[in-house]
Amino acid sequence: MDRIFLYSALFFSVLMLLSLYRAVFGPTVLDRLVGVNAIGSKTTALLILIGLTYHRVEMFVDIALAYATLNFLAVLAASRYFQKRRGLYDEAPTK
Amino acid sequence: MMNHERGGSRSDQMDIVVTIILIGGLFFFTGGAIGIIRLPEFYCRLHAAGQLDTMGVLWTMAALALYALDDFSLGAILTSLKIILIVFFLFITSPTATHAIVDAGVRAGLSPWRKSGEEE
Repeated sequence: MDRIFLYSALFFSVLMLLSLYRAVFGPTVLDRLVGVNAIGSKTTALLILIGLTYHRVEMFVDIALAYATLNFLAVLAASRYFQKRRGLYDEAPTK
Repeated sequence: MMNHERGGSRSDQMDIVVTIILIGGLFFFTGGAIGIIRLPEFYCRLHAAGQLDTMGVLWTMAALALYALDDFSLGAILTSLKIILIVFFLFITSPTATHAIVDAGVRAGLSPWRKSGEEE
């Protein structure tokens, strides 16, 4: 069962790399925000998987809860910040 | 799957159920990641990311809470309750974050994606 959790954690890491593609190469700032949000929600599940692999889940579950809170606050603050700005395209596609 | 390191009180059937639910959650997360990469525009990407990630978190955390509840001691029950609390928290915060990003896009003047043939 440890091996299943380990392989699931590796698969989560691959999915986070796929989401990181959108966070790095996204054409607008909001695309990057979508990628970061997806990575954060995968990280909460990944932290509990790491805790089950190390048999210390009662410690890692608190870390996962704190990480979910911080991720929500970061995404909410960033989207509130970008709400005030016009022209979110990094390189203007239609000029 | 056969090594029981914590005394062997866990049954094999429970391991199989946990594995199936975990693979279901990984399926939803895979759909969300592919949607984030493949869809043409960021409203569509938010659709894939918001819904499929929320569903994937529900399934994955259900599997992990079932696995953490191996014996009915107070610590195991408390750990499972905390995992369920994370799911409850994410079900409130994930639609809120998605709504905030969409609101930022609408106010910044990004128009939704159309097929390249039809122009307004």
